[in-house]
Amino acid sequence: MTQIIERPPMRGDDVPEPRGPMLTSVPQAPTLTMAQAINRALHDAMAADDRVLVFGEDVAKLGGVFRVTEGLAETFGESRCFDTPLAESGIIGIAIGMAVRGFVPVPEIQFDGFAAPAFDQMVSHLAKYRMRTRGDVDMPVTIRIPSFGGIGAVEHHSESTESYWLHTAGLKVVVPSTPSDAYWLLRQAIVSRDPVVYLEPKRRYWTREAVDTNTPALPIGRAAVRRVGADVTVVTYGSLVATALSAADLADEHGWSLEVVDLRSLNPLDFDTVADSVRKTGRAVVMHEGPRTLGFGAELAARIQEELFYDLEAPVLRATGFDTPYPPARLEKLWLPGPDRLLDCVERAMEKP
Amino acid sequence: MAEVSAAAGVDLAPVRLVDSDGSPTAEDRYSRELPPETLSWLYELMVITRDLDSEFINLQRQGELALFASCRGQEAAQIGAAACLRKTDWLFPQYREIGAFLLRGITPAQMGAVWRGKWHGGLGFTEKCVAPIAIPIGTHGLHAVGAAMGAQRLGEDSVTLAFLGDGATSEGDAHEALNFAAVFNTPCVFFIQNNQWAISVPVSHQMAAPSIAHRAIGYGMPGIRVDGNDVLACYAVVAEAAQRARDGGGPTLIEAVTYRMGPHTTSDDPTRYRSDEEVAHWAALDPIARYRTYLQSIDVWTERLEERVAAKSKRLRTELRESVVGADDFDVGEMFDTVYHDITPELVHQREQLLAELAKEA
Repeated sequence: MTQIIERPPMRGDDVPEPRGPMLTSVPQAPTLTMAQAINRALHDAMAADDRVLVFGEDVAKLGGVFRVTEGLAETFGESRCFDTPLAESGIIGIAIGMAVRGFVPVPEIQFDGFAAPAFDQMVSHLAKYRMRTRGDVDMPVTIRIPSFGGIGAVEHHSESTESYWLHTAGLKVVVPSTPSDAYWLLRQAIVSRDPVVYLEPKRRYWTREAVDTNTPALPIGRAAVRRVGADVTVVTYGSLVATALSAADLADEHGWSLEVVDLRSLNPLDFDTVADSVRKTGRAVVMHEGPRTLGFGAELAARIQEELFYDLEAPVLRATGFDTPYPPARLEKLWLPGPDRLLDCVERAMEKP
Repeated sequence: MAEVSAAAGVDLAPVRLVDSDGSPTAEDRYSRELPPETLSWLYELMVITRDLDSEFINLQRQGELALFASCRGQEAAQIGAAACLRKTDWLFPQYREIGAFLLRGITPAQMGAVWRGKWHGGLGFTEKCVAPIAIPIGTHGLHAVGAAMGAQRLGEDSVTLAFLGDGATSEGDAHEALNFAAVFNTPCVFFIQNNQWAISVPVSHQMAAPSIAHRAIGYGMPGIRVDGNDVLACYAVVAEAAQRARDGGGPTLIEAVTYRMGPHTTSDDPTRYRSDEEVAHWAALDPIARYRTYLQSIDVWTERLEERVAAKSKRLRTELRESVVGADDFDVGEMFDTVYHDITPELVHQREQLLAELAKEA
């Protein structure tokens, strides 16, 4: 894997200090899959604060369809980790009422596509509750949603929902790409006094890494440069960070040096890290799985040209999914942006005018 | 309790303790007996609610309020339901519960902020264990259930009451709320004010069930119909449901049969969809006139009570008017500052942009 370089500390950054390279070995740090890291984060958050409640469909007895909530009901009891009736609006609706009474709910929506029935509760209530009460009521709700494609699933199990939440004021949106980030972004989301939509790249559930659960990683609102390069900045998040890193190895063979920025947190957005990189490379390609139109790439492209127009050597390009419904499993490899689609954009960005 | 009710079904005849002519009924399953000061307090709340309601309408007509949703005709239902609860029992209202707000000590100014367009949700409601008003229909029943599940985990013997309407019972979220409440045996009371109309659509178009209360059978909880224009019946029926909930007996669905005497809101014209005869029929069943007659018959109503109520009413109407007419708006910065606990960098920029626009205009 590639070396990880983090942005230098800036004024206003929260303590703790960013730690060193993420993939160097940490003494005693257990090697965990991303699914295990999320499980560990839930366990540790529940142990740290007895107001934390985990609930959703199949999360207790079964331990979740991906076993991400395994053992929580046994350890903390059915009053703190429980199965709900099969009703997503209900799951988010009760989370709001629990938060009104001072609890810290961590509901699960079983799959991305089934967030749609919860849309009204998330957009009309959860996101607005703090403002509607003029700041009187915290909504420390973290909604975990196993998300995105690439696992050969049936319909409604591979969706990218982030644009809906990013277009909704009041929600924070984070997407981990590594087991360590999965652990720490979830711990930070749960202690956040604002609602956080935590999108889990289920395609990467089984990637492994040593996870240091004692030293906090970068906070929500900070991006990480996963690979340093000189020619083109690739801005991405979640499942596609690994895709971008493998594409960067291929790009080397063409003599193109890619810098890979992992956003980690889509809102709040660490635009400073993006800007620092694009100022250096002069070229940017945004990559995400979701459909192109009004995907987060549209926002980033707009923002980059608004603020960095005179630093750009080439138009900001987008390597994304298509404006079609997510396709059947046999076609998804063709639909999803992979190294080839990214490198086509890189080639275009590198062309002399 | 739930099994008994499901087997027993639901009585279509609403529970009524005081008839429309003010005379006591033969109903003997519930008690009319309350201390005289409680009886006077209920009267005071109903009269002041109606007076405030009229003042809200006046202020809207005078251009001081953007909109108003009148509760005229529903005073007995909402005051009876809220009056039998403790101050620490949470209420999850819709937007028409002026009587319940008044009862909880929410000031006219705090309510008026909504209709003035000053702030969404009302001001300071949660300090009184009242959730902010909820405009999307039926959605907040789930919040009540979640709060009641929280109360269970806090080991409280509190009750959470959700105010819903007849139209709300058609929403999917109302179904989910009732189902969750029953499955988790939550201390939650669903108080449905069936005011016959969801804007222009009558309750007969909302469902084919014999009554809203009958739906309780399917959820496995008790369902009760009550005369929503009889404050003492509403008080008694909710008190019984609340006690059952405190004792661990789970939720209850109560349908209060009442009538929205006014338009849906000040923007509505009910003459387009309902007859004068219907309105006149319900006017004869008015909750306040009936209750006054009853109080006179048991010597609780006095001229002195009426004078005291009138004086307090006048004071609160003045308070409302003064809080609305020419009131300052909140600082526009709050629009940005209250979105997140920790404002995001992007919102900081946007706040600066707006403040710069304003500085340029100044």
